[in-house]
Amino acid sequence: MKQHWLAAGAALAAVTTPALAWEPTKAIEIVVPFSAGGASDQMARTMQGIIQKNNLTSQPIIVVNKPAAGGAEGMLDIQKAAGDPHKLITTSSGIFMTPMATKLPLNWTEYTPIAMMAQDSFVLWVNAKAPYQTAGDFMTAAKAASPPLKIGGTSSKREDNLIVFGMEKAGGVKFAYIPHTSGGQASTQLSGNHIDASTNNPAEDVANWRGGATRPICVFSEQKMTYSTPVADGKSWADIPTCASQGLNVTYQMLRGMFMPGKVTKEQQAFYVNLFKKVSETPEWKDYLARSALVPDYRDGEAFVTFLKADEEKHAKLMGEAGFTAK
Amino acid sequence: MLQPFRVCIGFPENRDPLFGPMLWPELDRPAVTAGLLPLPTEIPMSAHPEGETPRGLSRRPVELVTAAILIGLAFVVLWDSYGRGAGWDNGPQNGFFPARVGWLFLAASLFILVQSFRTENSVFVTFEQLGQVSRVLGPLVLFVALIQPLGLYVAASIFILVFMAVVATSRWWSIVLTAILVPIVCFWIFEQQFRVPLPKGPLEAMLGY
Amino acid sequence: MEDLSSLIAGFQVALSWHNVGFMVIGVVLGIIVGVLPGLGGPNGVAILLPLTFGMDPTSAIILLSSIYWGALFGGAITSILFNIPGEAWSVATTFDGYPMAVQGKAAEALTAAFTASFIGALSGVILITFVAPLVASFALRFGPAEFFAVFLLTFCSFIGMGRENRAKILASLCIGFLLAAVGLDSISGDLRMTFGSTELMRGFDFLIVVIGLFGVSEILLTVEEGLVFKGKQATIDLKVVLRTWAGLPRYWATLVRSSLVGMWMGVTPGGAIAASFMGYGLAKRFSRRGANFGKGEIEGVLAPETAAHAAGTSALLPMLALGIPGSATAAVLLGGLLVWGLQPGPMLFVEQKDFVWGLIASMYLGNLAGLIIVLATVPLFAAIMRIPFSFVAPVILIVCAIGAYTISNSIFDIWLMLIFGIIGYVFKKLDYPLAPLVLALVLGDRAEDAFRQALLGSGGSLGVFFANGLVTTLVALAMILLFWGPVSDLIGAARRRSGRAGKAAEAAE
Repeated sequence: MKQHWLAAGAALAAVTTPALAWEPTKAIEIVVPFSAGGASDQMARTMQGIIQKNNLTSQPIIVVNKPAAGGAEGMLDIQKAAGDPHKLITTSSGIFMTPMATKLPLNWTEYTPIAMMAQDSFVLWVNAKAPYQTAGDFMTAAKAASPPLKIGGTSSKREDNLIVFGMEKAGGVKFAYIPHTSGGQASTQLSGNHIDASTNNPAEDVANWRGGATRPICVFSEQKMTYSTPVADGKSWADIPTCASQGLNVTYQMLRGMFMPGKVTKEQQAFYVNLFKKVSETPEWKDYLARSALVPDYRDGEAFVTFLKADEEKHAKLMGEAGFTAK
Repeated sequence: MLQPFRVCIGFPENRDPLFGPMLWPELDRPAVTAGLLPLPTEIPMSAHPEGETPRGLSRRPVELVTAAILIGLAFVVLWDSYGRGAGWDNGPQNGFFPARVGWLFLAASLFILVQSFRTENSVFVTFEQLGQVSRVLGPLVLFVALIQPLGLYVAASIFILVFMAVVATSRWWSIVLTAILVPIVCFWIFEQQFRVPLPKGPLEAMLGY
Repeated sequence: MEDLSSLIAGFQVALSWHNVGFMVIGVVLGIIVGVLPGLGGPNGVAILLPLTFGMDPTSAIILLSSIYWGALFGGAITSILFNIPGEAWSVATTFDGYPMAVQGKAAEALTAAFTASFIGALSGVILITFVAPLVASFALRFGPAEFFAVFLLTFCSFIGMGRENRAKILASLCIGFLLAAVGLDSISGDLRMTFGSTELMRGFDFLIVVIGLFGVSEILLTVEEGLVFKGKQATIDLKVVLRTWAGLPRYWATLVRSSLVGMWMGVTPGGAIAASFMGYGLAKRFSRRGANFGKGEIEGVLAPETAAHAAGTSALLPMLALGIPGSATAAVLLGGLLVWGLQPGPMLFVEQKDFVWGLIASMYLGNLAGLIIVLATVPLFAAIMRIPFSFVAPVILIVCAIGAYTISNSIFDIWLMLIFGIIGYVFKKLDYPLAPLVLALVLGDRAEDAFRQALLGSGGSLGVFFANGLVTTLVALAMILLFWGPVSDLIGAARRRSGRAGKAAEAAE
């Protein structure tokens, strides 16, 4: 069945007349499984703005935050809403990790994938006044430190925690991972020097970087970021070296995508695929990507599903190694 | 100011029943509170002449049952916390706090249990009061139960009808009008203006929402 | 000096015709969403946000922040009239506001609450105007240990002085802590006390518990004594407002204290909730009329409202200066800033001067507009008390149910509200105090998180709570406040014993 998705989308764009296509009949709800103000929330609200500003749908868009239980609340809500074509959910890697860490009866295959909008990078940040210049400096200091150096991130047993686990494994050191409720909090704690580093996404720390409070060391991706407009101190995102190039061989990226509940019709799915394709082509979206230093990586249909399957496998392995999987 | 007779013993201060003129705006207020005019039968308060103890549920069993439930809850908390680890592993484990709070809770509840045997027994709630409370609670439970099958708006309409009929102080047409208007106003505010989706049932589906 | 001229320029921007219009629209809309549980500032802001994309950023933020002010004012209305706090920081307002309404002083209570809000907000704005950069850097000194100390201080300033049965205070406090612990534990990432239920996984939302414990239970208690509202007919006209104002200077100490507590808690991320409880607790302890608190003392309305609004306003400071939202509404505003391409953070003050000072100017004007508008509506709201009970009670209950439902779109939550209503009814009749329960529910898990974050960082050593001057001072203050109550009670009891004999003789005459 899945192989028809892409075909359906293409067919819709090319052949079908508007009279046959499905159109939403009431307000469309975007469920954000994170609290207001976070990166997922910002993405949802940006999309809301773009869709309404450019009149891409006849119906209004509402953003609803359902952050409880590490996003499981929002995911359960979508699971329960099977067949409802007026609900969408923004997702990150949490779509695999939350069920793995909590044993909740959730599975992304019961949802209908729409599109992947981008990938988000993770950066190793330190306080601007910290002595570390490279990942090597930081790891050397970590080896000598007692009590261990403190690395802040968002939530426990999630993306940031996995990266810190990866760093421990790669460098043979021990860190004290301190979970925060949001990346913004971790960033503030870092600029107040209460933690030694954070693994925030670029968007979560850009304000403090520009304000001269924090400083990026390296990015946990295979390639450097591409945005070369200077951000702070005359440096741009593209100037941040990869961690691997500094001897810290940890790479991790997170998907940011859209899903809808299961059991919807192909026409309904095609409508949203088409909608988000249009969103991803607007200049406002491109601005948003550049501002948040997201890796542009739009995928829908089969390409998205293939990506999801590979990514889930990768996460199952990582979570298992780190001992984060619920018994 | 004239204090109406207090039926309820063991009530915190300032729970004096104050009969406002709300129900009968046409009546002269001082006359009502002074007991010069007969009050409708829904108001049981003035029915008891001073000195007569009203019959009702006494306080001690309620105290005992409450304390027993709290003790039970404390055990559930302790069982859950120790099941997940309530020790100290480089800082408190996730059951550490609930377990410590659980022990305190258990101690407090046991103390309340012992205490309730020693305190003077009094009337917790008179049967008349219980009747009054159930006249509100009954329709309320019905309302909540109907939300799932019928949707909030229809359930609200039924709730208003039943509640106002049970309370029986209004004319039938004002009851019907309230029962129709309130859900419509709610619908207009929440659904149409603020786009807050509330539970909807078959009627709304029929109307295309 | 340069800042001052920027502010004047800001006033010029904010005072333009259309901006004043937006301000009034925003405040009115804010009051509406503030009064209706189930809608809050975030709803109002989120709904209007898309409409503002076409405006220039300054007008847009003026419109949106006015909703915020309106919602802050509006939250007090239901607390006072129906004992239903619409927001967590209005809980402390119910303690004395509702008894005042029952005594027929609803108009005084509303006037006091609105005026106190205005004073609180004004002190917060003045703080933002003059010491923004200084204060922002102070906020950075707060790590997990300091956070924990602030929460500890809040608990200590609030508890230990109740006249209720001590065992019941403790039990109530424990219930609050335990309810707060249900759900996902953010430090370990595991679920706690959910017993496999997906409904419990969300934990107990504060608003559901409070709507049940306070609102629904109050209606049950009311009908016990006849199917009418408690509450005498209040005379409502401008005179009440003026008379209440005339009485306010007497409470200057409380107003100043609460403003300071609020500003402190708003900047340190303790927030408006902690501030309102702390303001109330301190006023009860240090006021000469402290013994009357909880029975309809106007000071008990002034104290939490001033503190909450000073905190709510000061909380915008970290948002602007550091990019951390202090509340859900602030978070949505933050999202709005980003959509307009404004990056909150230290650079906002430098790069977007017009915008920042326009916003600050609108805080002054928006609060003033808010005060005038809400005072004008006092008679309207106080008149609700005159509508027959059989009409209003079902409407209140329906709106409560809507409020409980909208928090996470779950009918289960409406049942929870009902259950907490019955629990509240039984607890109130058995003299279990509800305030400690609510306080622990609101702040309990945050205190626990901060405590555990601090210990994760220190490798398990408790020394982190005495590691520097700031945290040591906070912990010491907390301890002083905790023991101040019992000690001063003892002294007071001894002193009163001699005084009471004379008074008793007087009363007997």
